[in-house]
Amino acid sequence: MIHSLFLVNSSGDIFLEKHWKSVVSRSVCDYFFEAQERASEPENVPPVIPTPHHYLISVLRHRIYFVAVIQSEVPPLFVIEFLHRVVDTFQDYFGVCTEAAIKDNVVVVYELLEEMLDNGFPLATESNILKELIKPPTILRTVVNTITGSTNVGEQLPTGQLSVVPWRRTGVKYTNNEAYFDVVEEIDAIIDKSGSTITAEIQGVIDACVKLTGMPDLTLSFMNPRLLDDVSFHPCVRFKRWEAERILSFIPPDGNFRLLSYHVSSQNLVAIPVYVKHNITFREGSSQGRFELTLGPKQTMGKGVEAVLVNSQLPRGVLNTNLNPSQGTYTFDPVTKLLTWDVGKINPQKLPSLKGSMSLQAGASKPDENPTINIQFKIQQSALSGLKVNRLDMYGEKYKPFKGIKYMTKAGKFQVRT
Amino acid sequence: MGVGRNVTVVYFLLSLVLLPVRMSLVELPEPSVSIPRDVDMSSSPTRNDDLKEMLENNKESLKLEAMKRIVGLIAKGKNASELFPAVVKNVASKNIELKKLVYVYLVRYAEEQQDLALLSISTFQRALKDPNQLIRASALRVLSSIRVPIIIPIMMLAIKEAASDMSPYVRKTSAHAIQKLYSLDPDQKEHLIEVIEKLLKDKSTLVAGSVVMAFEEVCPERIDLIHKNYRKLCNLLVDVEEWGQVVIISMLTRYARTQFTSPWREDGVFDENSERAFYESDEEKTRDDTEIKPYTMDPDHRLLLRNTKPLLQSRNTAVVMSVAQLYWHLAPRNEVSIVTKSLVRLLRSHREVQYIVLQNIATMSIQRKGMFEPYMKSFYVRSTDATHIKSLKLEILTNLANEANISTILREFQTYVKSQDKQFAAGTIQAIGRCATNISEVTDTCLNGLVLLLSNRDETVVAESVVVIKKLLQAQPSQHSDIIKHMAKLLDNITVSMARASILWLIGEYCERVPKIAPDVLRKMAKSFTSEEDIVKLQTVNLAAKLYLTNSKQTKLLTQYILNLGKYDQNYDIRDRTRFIRQLIVPNEKSGALSKYARRILLAPKPAPVLESAYKDRDRYQLGTLSHTINTKASGYLELSDWPAVAPDQSVRNVEVIEPVRIHPSICTALFHFCPDSPPSFFHISCYCPSLPSEKSSSQSEKSSSESDIEQKKKKKMKKPPQKKNVKPPNKDRYQSVMCKPNSWVGPGFGACVCVCDFSSCRMNLLRPHLFSRRLSVSGPAFVPEKSHNLLHRMTGKGLAAQYQFTRQPCLYQPNMVSVQISLTNTSDHRLEQIHIGERSPAGLKIHCFNTIEFLEPDASVTVSMGIDFNDSTQAANFQLCTKEDQFSVSIQPAVGDLFLAVTMTEQDFRKEQGKLQGMNECSATITVTAENTSSQPLNRRVAAMANVGVVPSGQDNVHRFAGKTACSGAVLLVTVELRESSAAVITINTEKSVMGSMLLRDLKKSLAQA
Repeated sequence: MIHSLFLVNSSGDIFLEKHWKSVVSRSVCDYFFEAQERASEPENVPPVIPTPHHYLISVLRHRIYFVAVIQSEVPPLFVIEFLHRVVDTFQDYFGVCTEAAIKDNVVVVYELLEEMLDNGFPLATESNILKELIKPPTILRTVVNTITGSTNVGEQLPTGQLSVVPWRRTGVKYTNNEAYFDVVEEIDAIIDKSGSTITAEIQGVIDACVKLTGMPDLTLSFMNPRLLDDVSFHPCVRFKRWEAERILSFIPPDGNFRLLSYHVSSQNLVAIPVYVKHNITFREGSSQGRFELTLGPKQTMGKGVEAVLVNSQLPRGVLNTNLNPSQGTYTFDPVTKLLTWDVGKINPQKLPSLKGSMSLQAGASKPDENPTINIQFKIQQSALSGLKVNRLDMYGEKYKPFKGIKYMTKAGKFQVRT
Repeated sequence: MGVGRNVTVVYFLLSLVLLPVRMSLVELPEPSVSIPRDVDMSSSPTRNDDLKEMLENNKESLKLEAMKRIVGLIAKGKNASELFPAVVKNVASKNIELKKLVYVYLVRYAEEQQDLALLSISTFQRALKDPNQLIRASALRVLSSIRVPIIIPIMMLAIKEAASDMSPYVRKTSAHAIQKLYSLDPDQKEHLIEVIEKLLKDKSTLVAGSVVMAFEEVCPERIDLIHKNYRKLCNLLVDVEEWGQVVIISMLTRYARTQFTSPWREDGVFDENSERAFYESDEEKTRDDTEIKPYTMDPDHRLLLRNTKPLLQSRNTAVVMSVAQLYWHLAPRNEVSIVTKSLVRLLRSHREVQYIVLQNIATMSIQRKGMFEPYMKSFYVRSTDATHIKSLKLEILTNLANEANISTILREFQTYVKSQDKQFAAGTIQAIGRCATNISEVTDTCLNGLVLLLSNRDETVVAESVVVIKKLLQAQPSQHSDIIKHMAKLLDNITVSMARASILWLIGEYCERVPKIAPDVLRKMAKSFTSEEDIVKLQTVNLAAKLYLTNSKQTKLLTQYILNLGKYDQNYDIRDRTRFIRQLIVPNEKSGALSKYARRILLAPKPAPVLESAYKDRDRYQLGTLSHTINTKASGYLELSDWPAVAPDQSVRNVEVIEPVRIHPSICTALFHFCPDSPPSFFHISCYCPSLPSEKSSSQSEKSSSESDIEQKKKKKMKKPPQKKNVKPPNKDRYQSVMCKPNSWVGPGFGACVCVCDFSSCRMNLLRPHLFSRRLSVSGPAFVPEKSHNLLHRMTGKGLAAQYQFTRQPCLYQPNMVSVQISLTNTSDHRLEQIHIGERSPAGLKIHCFNTIEFLEPDASVTVSMGIDFNDSTQAANFQLCTKEDQFSVSIQPAVGDLFLAVTMTEQDFRKEQGKLQGMNECSATITVTAENTSSQPLNRRVAAMANVGVVPSGQDNVHRFAGKTACSGAVLLVTVELRESSAAVITINTEKSVMGSMLLRDLKKSLAQA
């Protein structure tokens, strides 16, 4: 299926290659570079590029293109999903997935890729299994290995491979047994000029960090499971139990994993937590434009709106801006025309605002569209949809674990058209 | 410089080995991390020499370091092939990491250095026999990855051996090796198909995905290999790893299209053939109607649809997409829409995933608007989307547009037109054009909107508008001379050639509607003719010709001027056209014949162009495939066949059941027994329906295995009289076997109770007519402990090993016996003959022995069941297990809980029985239970694990009741667990066998008090 993999950095250099079948010359990437040149933005490179003898399927993560070479028919999503899984694994192993991290750990990367695919077909992609085969590099382990000559490579077949719970390794031991669950909701919205909501929806995930000894069997129940409209599970969740009782019952993998992603049913009206007042005008014939932006909280259930970040792609005609933020800092990049305003926390008594003027290119005509404003924010300790975890129980083990649940709301793709 | 640095590194490493203690720990990690980094500094041969030296050193750490650097070279794409001899020596290294890195190297360069690669083969052959399955598997992986034709026979042999390996992981590796060998030597196909056939029968979920992959690669045309495995694959599907799921689903899609009839016939509204059917004469139609039988879906077809549905909830986007395409290609039209929600969910994923999913939605939305219309807002474009995502969303929105939502969509489009991304704005204009032609109500609105855009400042927008307006006007040119005039004015400003050409064409085509302007436009064009683009020149010539025909008085000279310019143009197309036009319109003696028709040729009414989706024809490719994405047939694409008109034989998919157990006529129950060779979470459930005493005991009714368990439950719940069940089914010799997964995502050891809970209700009704003494009906066990006990160790048994297990089933041989399952294994190297049961003690012990086993081959094992009458005591049953030569004394010690049989009774009966068993027949104790035992399910599980008792449905939440009877005397046993505050609980046991009661109480106390 997957013939070869090339890693290409943002400047267009291939810095790693791996072949699972016979070697494919790296000149095949020329087709990719051509497409890259044609694309105005890095994101615009088409994910599937046919070439005379091969097909190139690529994903872009952390400004690295992962280009897979395919020779015959295969579901493109299969390859794309796998490549993303590779990136996730790298991130899991090295903390970050950057060119430098990959180059530093090239041997581990190679060993990982070798285990993840056999003859181009995925073999082990479960992080718990991989970690038993190849231990993640840590400073301490590197030291020990250099002295004792021991290795990062496991000698036994990971127990998970053969068990019915392939995602969990056996023999897990912790002195502190703890299970943390983060309910993170993202609100995607498009707000139109007049401030009315065009579309708004809430997507959520429950990320877990479970460090429990042995083979715990957990159940997690919600106060209001009916809110969840469309869900997708980690393979560990027992689907039938969910169907029948709306309870998440599972033997968790060890460590970090995404337990559940969900979509809140669209029947429920979404409360938009912030509002934006804006007045952006360009006058015909004048080389000046006005820019005014005020943010305020709205329906936040008493929780503060934090980490607010506003950015906007100003029209090409704007030469520079002269703005005055009431709080936070703003930057304007005259080359990319990207305006960024790091607001911080919104104080409901003193609403943050950004006011001032823009200077336009002399003689250029008035831009015909006002810029779209993208907003990011966080609201701690609250899930916007109102989803609440009722209880978490553990069976199968004797100790009492420490349990923690955290809620957070974030802006997803939150756009205001002006 | 690179050399110098490396020398220091070597020196450093040496000193590190010699003086590890003196080095400071902080400095240590740095060199080993930085080594791969400086690998690319030069590729001079001297440096490779130094690697060679390191590899030939005796120190393993040096070798490892060298290999790490070599892997770094390979990763960079640098050539390291000259190190082959030095590297290959280390293939037998003890250090596993070193060995792995050598494997990486070997696989990379073996093809180039075939002779040297042969040196390593014997090492792999040895490793293939290693007791460690990981080593066996990786040896096979590397051996099969070495693309050296000479070793093909060795590979073949290794694959065949690995295919029957004990470890499913090794078998999986062998499935992968099949593909490698096939790509190396396609002549091996026949042999490889044999291996595939064998592996397809494998019941391990680990193997399933890989072998289907091999099947798809090697012999996709051998659909006949799938028949027997079809149901198994469907049932295993949820447990297969996610990548295997994708492959199996796509294979099953193809399979189903060849084996089942179309489910689309009834509601043929969306059918491709519906149009033809519509135009067919009524007579024909009625004849068709009588011929078409009412469609009933093949149960196997249903099985596939049902078993894939839960996978829509998978986290793997490829799995979701493959289920979606399966439903699209196989499900009845009204069921396809269940995939919508999941597909829309995928749009939240990464950009690349969005791209593929949107493409597929675009194709789907052409045929089935209704599926995605409720989710229209999910396709609204955001300014941060990538351009290709934007245009796909636009495409889908256009497909979804109808009379009801067009105003919303157009309002949305208005925002897009103003987008800074001009390519996207142009796409929006085209989309508006398509909406206008598709929905006649809004044509005028759209046209007006587009005309407004003509005054837009951006040229691409204007140009695109012109082109679209041209197409729209052509569709209905009635009264739009205003627009044409407006466009004629634009000609002075627009520079985009396509737009200019479009305007010229419009004016030419409708020159009679704008008689005053047209000649003036021609005049302007004549002036700028030489500097125009080719396409504009061609249209200018056209315009001139048309005007010459309609208004020759004003334009004759102009036309001639233009034709003259064209005659000497650099482009031969234009010269050609000019020559042709001149001959056509200017009458002269040579071409008189054609010029008569010039007007009819040039000014013929032209059909309006159809504006349609670019995704219209994509549905010829299977959705979700690469071919669909690139819209051309990718190599290796397997065509999805049309539905067969007549379904092929269904019985090919029937599978024989291993061996039906004899049933005692008086007992009717569903027998649950573990299938020893299936994965642990599966239960092989064989249901035998009752045979009434009045009838011949051989009549076994059967039920198709593919029927859903839900359906079964329903049927049984309907309280059918038992007679009805004995209606003989069409094929008598098919034994029923329901390979059923009680709870597909259930973990180990948990399934049993869930499964039985599912079935308990049905069993109650089924069994009601058959009453045992005291209205007690025996039910199946609520829980079967998996634990098996050692009966005979293989050392003491001289190779014969035996284990026993209480099945907790009513004994088939004598109702007062306890049934015990014994599995015998021959671990010796010779066959054991005549295994049977010899003397027993106490002498009066009643045992129903198993039939003598004639022989047991080495490594073979057999499971037999026997019945023992323990006479309601926990005294061990001692007997001798004999082979032809030897006799071994063994003993079976029952736990008190195993001496009971679970019974079902109502709460009312329970109270009545309890009333009779008071005083000395009652014993009770108060205990503190652990937290997790306070809820009903774990509590039930614990009690059921301890003793074979049935759960009595209870009206109170805090009181749990269980009922059973002793196997021998049939004395009633009642257990009540009452939960009080602060995790206290009172256990009460009522039974006339007070000794057993108190023993059980002791066991229960222990069990419930512990976590």
